[in-house]
Amino acid sequence: MSGLEARVHVERSAQFRLDVELTIPEGRTVALLGPNGAGKSTAVATLAGLTPLQAGHIKLDGRVLDDPAAARFVPPEERQIGVVFQDYVLFPHLTVAENVAFGLRSGGSTRAEVKSEVVRWLDRFGLGDLAVARPPDLSGGQAQQVALARALITEPKMLLLDEPLAALDVTTRAQLRHELIDHLEGFSGPRLLITHDPTEAFLLADEIYIIEGGRITQVGSADDIRIRPRTSYIADLAGSNLLVGSAAAGIVMVEGFELLVGDTHISGPVLATVHPRAISVHRRHPEGSPRNTWQTEILRIEHYGDRVRLRTGDPLPLTAEVTPVAAEALALSAGSKVWISVKATEIGVEAD
Amino acid sequence: MSGRVASALLAGVLSACSPGGASAEVLVSAAASLTDVFAEIEDAFETANPAVDVILNVAGSATLREQITAGAPADVFASADLRNITVLSEDGAIKSGITVFATNQLEIAVPPGNPAGVSGLADFERTDLLVGLCAPGVPCGDFARSALQLAGVTPAPDTNEPNVRALLTKIAAGELDAGIVYTTDVVAAANGVDGVMIPASHNVTAQYPVATLIDSPNPEGAAAFVAFVLSPSGRSILAEHGFGVP
Amino acid sequence: MDRPTVTKRGVSGPPLVIVLLAAVGLAVFVVPLFGLLVQTPWGGLARLLSSDVVLDAIRLSLVSSIAATVISAVVGVPLAWLLARVDFPGRALVRGLVLLPLVLPPVVGGAALLFALGRRGVVGEPLYEMTGLVLPFSTWGVILAATFVSMPFLVITVEGALNSLDRRYEGAAASLGAKRGAVLRRITLPLIRPSLVAGLVLAWARALGEFGATITFAGNLQGRTQTLPLAVFVALESDRDTAIALSLLMVVISLTVLVVLRSRWWRPS
Repeated sequence: MSGLEARVHVERSAQFRLDVELTIPEGRTVALLGPNGAGKSTAVATLAGLTPLQAGHIKLDGRVLDDPAAARFVPPEERQIGVVFQDYVLFPHLTVAENVAFGLRSGGSTRAEVKSEVVRWLDRFGLGDLAVARPPDLSGGQAQQVALARALITEPKMLLLDEPLAALDVTTRAQLRHELIDHLEGFSGPRLLITHDPTEAFLLADEIYIIEGGRITQVGSADDIRIRPRTSYIADLAGSNLLVGSAAAGIVMVEGFELLVGDTHISGPVLATVHPRAISVHRRHPEGSPRNTWQTEILRIEHYGDRVRLRTGDPLPLTAEVTPVAAEALALSAGSKVWISVKATEIGVEAD
Repeated sequence: MSGRVASALLAGVLSACSPGGASAEVLVSAAASLTDVFAEIEDAFETANPAVDVILNVAGSATLREQITAGAPADVFASADLRNITVLSEDGAIKSGITVFATNQLEIAVPPGNPAGVSGLADFERTDLLVGLCAPGVPCGDFARSALQLAGVTPAPDTNEPNVRALLTKIAAGELDAGIVYTTDVVAAANGVDGVMIPASHNVTAQYPVATLIDSPNPEGAAAFVAFVLSPSGRSILAEHGFGVP
Repeated sequence: MDRPTVTKRGVSGPPLVIVLLAAVGLAVFVVPLFGLLVQTPWGGLARLLSSDVVLDAIRLSLVSSIAATVISAVVGVPLAWLLARVDFPGRALVRGLVLLPLVLPPVVGGAALLFALGRRGVVGEPLYEMTGLVLPFSTWGVILAATFVSMPFLVITVEGALNSLDRRYEGAAASLGAKRGAVLRRITLPLIRPSLVAGLVLAWARALGEFGATITFAGNLQGRTQTLPLAVFVALESDRDTAIALSLLMVVISLTVLVVLRSRWWRPS
């Protein structure tokens, strides 16, 4: 089949062991989401060919890149996998144009071909004015664009992005996230996004692999992961509600629904996050402060361990979490009519 | 330069460290070719004078002269040639009269078994052999050149070694086919070389003078040591090592 | 690369104790030089330095120190690369062996070279029988002795630079299709250039000043094996003025090269 099929097994010590399976079809973006130290960077290194597998295999478009059992190992320079490294790893002694040209020069293109291609790609990324700048003089956003151009210009068969937005400040991050979505859509091969940021994974990936302690603990869409988190890490970090809307004067409009938020200064397109445990569930209209209060119906209810997750219906579908004791006291079940309330200050807002 | 400074510093430290030092120590600066024989004379002298500690400072004669000029403390100077001691005498650094206490002759040193079949001074002209001399300015080098001149030989040395020990090392290792050294160096079995005699008509006699110094910290000790070198005991030790005793 | 500039304003002077100790430290270097300058026979300097002995020694010193530096670069950089990049058995021992000449008295090194590569040495004897080549008492012997004592400076500097280089630069280059040789040439070497240049300069300076191993292994013959340090040593026994003039010349050559290189290419990264 075309796309990536991999089982990555690397064991460094009793403490560190990475054993994950990944399948990424052509034209799809998979996010590998997990905390620091989960083994994400090692996974990048094995796929790129910088660290050999100890067991398992890596196949790209049907070609075996690494298979210790068959004693097959394709070195990184022959893998045709474009990599955007964490912190971008631009060559500091080369100009922006030379960085972007690097892959083509290695591929044996003529000087003239390289030159015209580089000009084309620099323009495409709006980097034309920075052609002779050196990496240390670039902003984080510019460096990311150069790294992306450098990887894409060689027309790789797969794209690996290791924390492409982590090094950026908040405002640049929102802008570049949109641009990144465009670039990913323009790339036809499989794409793997390594990130520790659930928002990034939800917005950029078609499918999310959660990695914890070197193992995949859950695979699914953003919705799957939100409603049925399989571990407490997933529940805590990846299980948040992510709402896309626009803000003005302390109010965020999400598909026609008004949410009051704590941040009264932000305006324009925003991402709002609401943690499931920040949502209160009541049988009757609650008294007191929360002004974000509405009535809805419970669509689904999932019990697992010491938590109960609820999926609520219109006007604003959300995932909420309550304790089993509360669920019992409120006699919650699918179809129950409930009141939902969220404090304005519990809603995180950032520019989109 | 730095060697001289270091030696001067070291000598200073040594004398500063010994409590009541002057009467108990005799500082003897002796030419490198006297290393072995003076070590034995030191032992014999100390046995005869248990209260006295002889400290030997061994180096090339010119180096020793430089040290003394630079103010390094010394009681006795035993040189391998007359030139260096005469220079000191002209500087007014010598106290007593200069006495020649030993003589030495030259000999051709070859590796054990004489693999290149060296037979005389004429072989020092041959370019197919590897031959070495002491450098000009070093007593053994100057003597060797005088001998070669007497034999009418223009030498083609492959190296001019800074002192006779360095020359002997390379001959003993077989890296040089021949070199001109002192008879005493061939006699000393520890050097591991064989000798080829130089005819008396071409040979040169090196004279070893000894003198006490004007700035001697221990004049009595100095005089006693020189007297011992010139005594029958001293002379017999010198003779055992192959030196001529006048 | 992009360092904040420290302005003089608002920074109080350095502590007196440090200044005093630093001055003593500096004196260790400056006082001997001063001694040399005081003794220099300035009037006859031009005549002393234009003698055959001196000109031959200058030529031989430059040729042998540069040759030793080139050889060190050609074989020392790969050695440093292996030490830094390949985890082979006995690596610690190899590293120790490479650094040994740094602590070994050069005379011992020269003697070891003589026993190994001399005409009767374990390697030198078969070499001599096969090729007729005799390393002692030849300019090649001088170059070999200089390489022996100077290469560790290059290896230690380059290995240190390779160890502290972010390996991901090389990984990024490989992922962009660059073969290992190209990665080394286009990424690794340019990135460690400041250390490489520093290592080359240190190695050259050490080769230029080499004495003990040279005189022990290669001997001393004007025009063939007598480098500047050997000429100084021999002249000290016989011709003090020439010795001092030569010493001064070595100081000037070394200082000029070190200062010029330091300001031009050898900037700390």
